Order: sequence, then C-alpha cells, then structure tokens
Amino acid sequence: MSASASRRPLREAPMRIARRSVLAAGTLCLLSVRPSRADAPPELEAAIRAFAEGKPVQSGRVTLEVAPLVENGNAVPIAVAVQSPMSDGDHVRQIAVYNEKNPQRDVVVFNLGPRAGRARVATRIRLATSQRLVALARLSDGSVWQHSVDVIVTLAACVES
Amino acid sequence: MRVATVAALVGACIVLAGCANRDAPSPAAGPTSTAPSTSTSASTPDARRSGYDFMTPELRAMQDDDGANPALLWVRDGEAAWNRPAGASGASCSRCHGEASTSMRGVAAQYPAFDAVTGRPLDLGARINACRERHQGEPAFARESDALLALEAWVAFQSRGLPIAPPADPRLEAWRARGERLYRTRMGQLDFACAQCHDAHAGQRLGGSTIPQAHPTGYPIYRLEWQGVGSLERRLRGCLSGVRAEPFAPGSEDMVALELYLAQRAAGMRVETPAVRP
Amino acid sequence: MARALITMPATAKRGDVIEIRTLIAHPMETGYRRGDDGHVLPRNLIRRFACRYDNEIVFSADLYPAVAANPLIVFSTRATVTGALTFTWEGDNGFAQTETALLTVT
Repeated sequence: MSASASRRPLREAPMRIARRSVLAAGTLCLLSVRPSRADAPPELEAAIRAFAEGKPVQSGRVTLEVAPLVENGNAVPIAVAVQSPMSDGDHVRQIAVYNEKNPQRDVVVFNLGPRAGRARVATRIRLATSQRLVALARLSDGSVWQHSVDVIVTLAACVES
Repeated sequence: MRVATVAALVGACIVLAGCANRDAPSPAAGPTSTAPSTSTSASTPDARRSGYDFMTPELRAMQDDDGANPALLWVRDGEAAWNRPAGASGASCSRCHGEASTSMRGVAAQYPAFDAVTGRPLDLGARINACRERHQGEPAFARESDALLALEAWVAFQSRGLPIAPPADPRLEAWRARGERLYRTRMGQLDFACAQCHDAHAGQRLGGSTIPQAHPTGYPIYRLEWQGVGSLERRLRGCLSGVRAEPFAPGSEDMVALELYLAQRAAGMRVETPAVRP
Repeated sequence: MARALITMPATAKRGDVIEIRTLIAHPMETGYRRGDDGHVLPRNLIRRFACRYDNEIVFSADLYPAVAANPLIVFSTRATVTGALTFTWEGDNGFAQTETALLTVT
C-alpha cells in the first residue's frame, strides 16, 4: 500500500454496504457472468479428467467441427480431426467426445491406430439443448489434447403432437 | 394477419431466446433446386424455393451425400422389396414393372394421380397398396409403415432430379380446387391458413425456425424431428396439429386434395427424394 | 437384419488412405424418452462398432445414447492388401450384424 493512500482517512459509507444490495449484486453476478472457457461444469470436467487418466489436457491439435447453430438436436453432424502423421511411432490412439447438458456426458469413443491412415472421424449426435461439446484425443505418446465448441440448439416453433 | 393472432401463435409455440441471427437465404445463396420458371412472363424470375434452400450447409450436405443420407436405408429396403416375390401369385413388383429405373422413371413426379377404379385421386402410397391388393393378392401395408415407406422411397427415388409434373387430367381439376380452398382456409385453435405462413411469411422466422414455402419436393423425407422417414401426409398432419386443428384422416379425400394442390403449386420444381429436413 | 450401407472405394493403390462411410438402420433408443403412456421407452442401443481388415481391427467405436438414430460412422483406413473388410455392429437385445466389402489393392 502506498504511503499516500494509507494517510487518507477511510470513509464510513463503503464499510457499511447494505446487506440487501450486496445480496442483489451477488445474485446478479451469478446470473450474468458466464463460466469462463477454463471452467467446465463439474461433471464434464470429471469426464475429461477420467479420459485423461492423470495426464494434463492441452488445447490444440484437435479440431471439433460442428455447426455453431443447430436447427434440430436429433441428428447433429460432427467431425473430429487431429493433426498427426499417423505413423507407427506417432499416431492417435483414441478420440472421445463429451457433452455438457445431455442426460449423460459420454457421446462416443473412437479407437484408431497407425492403420487408420488419417485421424479424422465423423458421426451424427444428439444434443438435448444448447451446450458445450468437447473432443479429446489421446496420442501414442500418452499426451491428451482437446477442443471445445459451444453449440446453440434452436427448438421447433410448432411442436408436433 | 391480425396482430392478436400473431401474438397467440408466438405465445402458443416454444420460443428459444438468444438464437443467433441467421438471415433467411437469399436466392443467390447456395444451390437451389428450382426448375426453370413456369410463369407466363419471361421476365419474372421463379421465386419458389425448396425447403433445401432454407437448411444449414450441414443438413444440405447430409441430403446430398448418398453415403450419409439415412433415407437411403429405406430406399435400399424398397429396392429389395421391389424384387421380392409376394403373395399367392409369387409376383414381385419387378415381374410386371421390370427394372424400376426404367418403368418408374418420372412416375412419382406425377403423383397424386387419378385412379379410375376408385374414382378418386390416390397418392403414391395408396397406389402401391392398390397394386398389392389388386395384382399381388396381398393385404395393403399400413400407412406410414416402414414397408410402405421403403417402396414409396424406392419408386420416388426414380424421379430424383426430374421436375414435378402434375398430370393435365381434367378429372383432377375439381380436386385441385378443393385442395386450394383448404390451403387458404383458416383452421384450428390458432385460426391459421397454410397460405398465411407459407405464402405471406415464408422466409421469415417463427420461433427458432425459418418458415419454408412448403413445396413437397423430396417426399418421403428423412425428418430429424421424426428420427426416421415419413410421408407428406405425416408432415401435413403435423402441420394441422401445429395450428391445433383436427388433422385430416390418413388417405382421406381432404388429404389427397391438399396434396394435389401442393403438387400443382410446386410444378416444375425438382424432385429431391429422398430429402432430409429438420 | 437391419439395413446397412457401406460406402467406400472398390479399389485403391497400396498405401492410399481411403474414407469409409457406414450407415445402419437402428432406432438408438436412449432409455431417457417416455412414450405416450408416460412409461420410459426401454434403452435399445448399438454399443460397439468395429472394422476388421487384414486380420486386425483397424478401427472401432463405442457408442452411447447421444449417438443419433440410424448411426453414421465415417473413418479412414490405409489400403494394404486386397481383401474383405468386415464391419460388425453389436448392441442391446442381442443385436449383432456383420457386413463385408471387398477392397482391391493395386
């Protein structure tokens, strides 16, 4: 603390903030602040850590291709590509996809290897609502890489009975 | 359109706020599936657009890729059924009709068509069932059954890429007029006519979706909402439920009349069967 | 037997990487949906997919309820020898299906 600041007398008012306004401000903060990219919700975080088996999860090398806006969550095309020479000594062993808000976190796990030739897989998945999707890759050297995308799922306007 | 009705519709439907702003596709954006203009004036461009043009690039890619379009599973089932002997006669479709790629080419594009035996128009599914009963000695398939949809998909697949060609059959005139009347009649608790959404407001947003022009260019379709293949009739029953009206009964006169009008309205547009729709 | 479609080239040069698209008809019932009577529709899923080529599993996948109905799986493999690629799907209620496709490698 600088010398000049410590000499300034503290005002009474800032120390006696009304409890109600603190609560209101706190609640507002909860609603308006979105989780940062680093903080995945706890269950998703747990699924990622379980896949990583203790290895640090690094960002990069993986690309999760999915449309940012989806018309119908019943069949959402996704693809995952990983930069890798796919040689005997350096290849992708596994690609896994996890979700944030479906009834369960798992989506699909692909098992590759050097014979795959190219580390690119595609499928179609279900998304119950707008949420984060995470693709993880485990390489032959044990390293784990990730890419996450936030997807918005719109709902049909007129619901069929 | 009355403001109060719009408010009622918005209130009655599920709306997800915060969806991104997606522009309605301009005519220049991406491939279109419209056939050459059928308007009498050479200078008026054809403003009709298939539901394909209102889809995202990802869904268009799903439709365009025969290795990824799930409806192809039904098409292949239909191909197998076409060649399979049926009934006491042991007659397969192919015994009378030969190769579907020849005999069925362009046929589905002309449906619904008039059936002299029953004295009324039939859609493709009803026509296939009539063949089963009259010529194969087999009971009709249930409407919307996978067995019937597979054959419809296989037959309509033989019209893929061809223009919708409603027959110039005078016996269909009164039916088409009936269908057009239904198209323009307000129905249901929401008191909406098809024309209000699909003519006046096509291209605009309703909840999270873009309102298509409602041209039956790709039936039977794989609809993501159904997670399976379904007929135009199923889709129309869904629309009628959507405005909280009593859906026309399957195979009913009102249903085929409306289908006839929609086919006329889409005349010249390219058949996309089997289409994918959200 | 469910309808399955395999889309892949019929021939390839040795060492080429080929893309394989597989589609199979299956409802992939999640076990989370309720029917019109309010009862939960029982889970009915394909759980595992595998591709065998040249005496080895060259690709496999574990599927969960979040995989869409009529599952599409797209993957690659390196063309090594002429031979059959065998595709297997296994799942709930004893679901088991095998399809084969011949790859000619020049």
